[in-house]
Amino acid sequence: MGGLLLLIQYTLIFASVLSVVAIGGMFSERSGVINLGLEGCMVMGALAGALVMAFTPSTVPGWIVVILTLLTSILAGMLYSMLLAVAAVQFKADQTITGTAMNILAPALATSVVKAITLNTGDRKATPYLYYVDAHEFFIIRIGTFELNWFILLMFVVVALAFVILYKTRFGLRLMSCGEHPQAAASNGINVIGMRYVGVLISGGLAGLGGIAFINSANSSWPFDSGVVGFGFLALAVMIFGKWKPINIFLGALLFSLFRALGNTYNAFSFLSDLPVNPIIYNMLPYIVCLIILAITSRNSKAPKAEGIPYDKGMR
Amino acid sequence: MNKVKSFFSYLIRKDVVKTLLTSVACAVVGLLTGYIVLLIVNPGAAGQGFKTLVLGFLDVPNKYGMQAEALAKTFTRTAPLLVSGVAILLAYKAGFFNIGASGQFTMGVFAALYMALVWHAPWYLCMLGAIIFGAAYGAIVGLLKAFLNVNEVISGIMLNWIALYLTSMLIKDSPDMWDSIKFETLSVKRVSPGSVIPSLGLENLFAGYEYITISIFIAIAVAIIFFVILEKTTLGYKMKATGYNKHAAKYAGMKEKMNTVIILALSGALAGLSGALLYLTGIEPWYCPTNVPSMGFDGISAAFLGGLSPIGTIFSSFFITHITIGGSRLDTAYYSPEIAKVVTGVIIYLCAFVLFIKEQLNKRILKSDREKLLRKTLAENGISYTPPPKNSSFAGTREDKPKAGVSDNEKGGES
Repeated sequence: MGGLLLLIQYTLIFASVLSVVAIGGMFSERSGVINLGLEGCMVMGALAGALVMAFTPSTVPGWIVVILTLLTSILAGMLYSMLLAVAAVQFKADQTITGTAMNILAPALATSVVKAITLNTGDRKATPYLYYVDAHEFFIIRIGTFELNWFILLMFVVVALAFVILYKTRFGLRLMSCGEHPQAAASNGINVIGMRYVGVLISGGLAGLGGIAFINSANSSWPFDSGVVGFGFLALAVMIFGKWKPINIFLGALLFSLFRALGNTYNAFSFLSDLPVNPIIYNMLPYIVCLIILAITSRNSKAPKAEGIPYDKGMR
Repeated sequence: MNKVKSFFSYLIRKDVVKTLLTSVACAVVGLLTGYIVLLIVNPGAAGQGFKTLVLGFLDVPNKYGMQAEALAKTFTRTAPLLVSGVAILLAYKAGFFNIGASGQFTMGVFAALYMALVWHAPWYLCMLGAIIFGAAYGAIVGLLKAFLNVNEVISGIMLNWIALYLTSMLIKDSPDMWDSIKFETLSVKRVSPGSVIPSLGLENLFAGYEYITISIFIAIAVAIIFFVILEKTTLGYKMKATGYNKHAAKYAGMKEKMNTVIILALSGALAGLSGALLYLTGIEPWYCPTNVPSMGFDGISAAFLGGLSPIGTIFSSFFITHITIGGSRLDTAYYSPEIAKVVTGVIIYLCAFVLFIKEQLNKRILKSDREKLLRKTLAENGISYTPPPKNSSFAGTREDKPKAGVSDNEKGGES
């Protein structure tokens, strides 16, 4: 029984990260920009949040730390995603390369920053680790032995909001039109460039939030030289699997997280740990499942039609 | 003076020159950003740090052959990066972004190390094994793309992680390969000296540096071969045609699906070879890392900084290795070696603008050509020329706008 609870707990934790980031990616792609730099935005959000958590004086009440951390992470993610917005929306640069550059740059920048900070404190030895043991506690909600965190609640809020904003507001519908046929949208007086900026910024903000959610749920310290170990890319896969729709993305994230959680908790299930297989299999499982699902579902891709294509007024 | 000007205007119309200019500009801005980061982290040591970063092996004191050794190390590390870069640009020219190169690299490393450590196979067979494994792994991406419409970026990323875990599992289970005390693979040099790429006496040139091999020559040969294939053969043309316009290529009778698989397999083969070129020198053991190896991503940097040309990539991969080695030599009391990675990150980011910059340049050239023609025609008819006022509504007439990126590039190439 304890094993099952643990499995649910891990599933929810991973799902909270994946669905928030994937929904961020969805907003960007719905506006017509592929944000391959989600991973980078996550790292920057995680870095900013971790810095707030590590260096806020302990006299500050917990709820203020929580709010401050979340806001800083979102802001950092948004700022970092401006790199993509400026390059891809304004200057029509190649979106894939820009995203890749952001993913290479972010862990390097984050590690440089963290090492520079650790050098100047304590025993003058550079480490890529930031510790935020005290602040980490503020995010945890305990129900008996069941351990949850605020990010899981946030996930539900984000999913619900994303659904309402995308389908029930004028903004959402306009955003979607920019990703489907920007020239038609422009002829109806919609500012395509502005919409795409907003789309990218939302994705950056949500990725930043996902970044802090990820490193905060993982542990009370984080080595920044390993980035966010590919979760940004996983989120992209979840988004494609979820057909660019908030509810589907949420369900996809749950399914994927279940397999991911198995890798962490298989020890708790005797029938799994007794299987004569190498436990590394469980680490591989989510990626294999994801690939298989993509192989099955990609034939009739529901991707926004204009995604990845720079907006050109004169094109028909 | 006029001659210099016309020579310059002749040069600027050459595509090679445009590429060279933009790449150098990207590298310079990237390095400046690195300097700014150094300044922010520690202003006092920034000057010395920047010198170390930029000079790379040249900053090593030139005694006891230390500088020659550092240069040899730069060459040894350039070789796999160059081949990775060619792998990326080959796929990119055909319209695919092979972000799965890291996974194909991992598979190549596994095959090479397995054949070396378990079978004690000679080095060329180990290399062949790496090529085959990389190609097969790349072909998976191609098959998924061609027949099931799976986006190659996503499948590549998933396959990167699968390769990482799969090889970790296989290597750690094999006592022939894994040293479970040191937590690294056994030394190829010690277990199977015949599997190490030969040096043909090169170490005598480089102060006895023990890891120098002919790998750099193999890599350069690969780059030249693929330059010839891409520029001079039908096969290369077919590849690029798919990249220019998939539908047109299909209409022209090219087997689009088969092409996809072949191109990604070729790209994978090169990525696999890149793994062999690094680990068959014995320069470092494979640690079964927990994160996807960065070689595939670094290849992206090399390919784009090299202007997507195999020849350009020879220089760009050397430059990137050069500053990476410079970064690793930074004084760790002040700086972390990751600063070199910040520089490469900024460089690729800027490379994304290259197409835009070239487009602007082409537009400028086109405009000035047109004005010249107009002047000439008017002068022939005895009419004096007055340039149109700036910001007039005629300044941006319809013909000035490029219809599409590709056709505009062609215009620039012809003139």
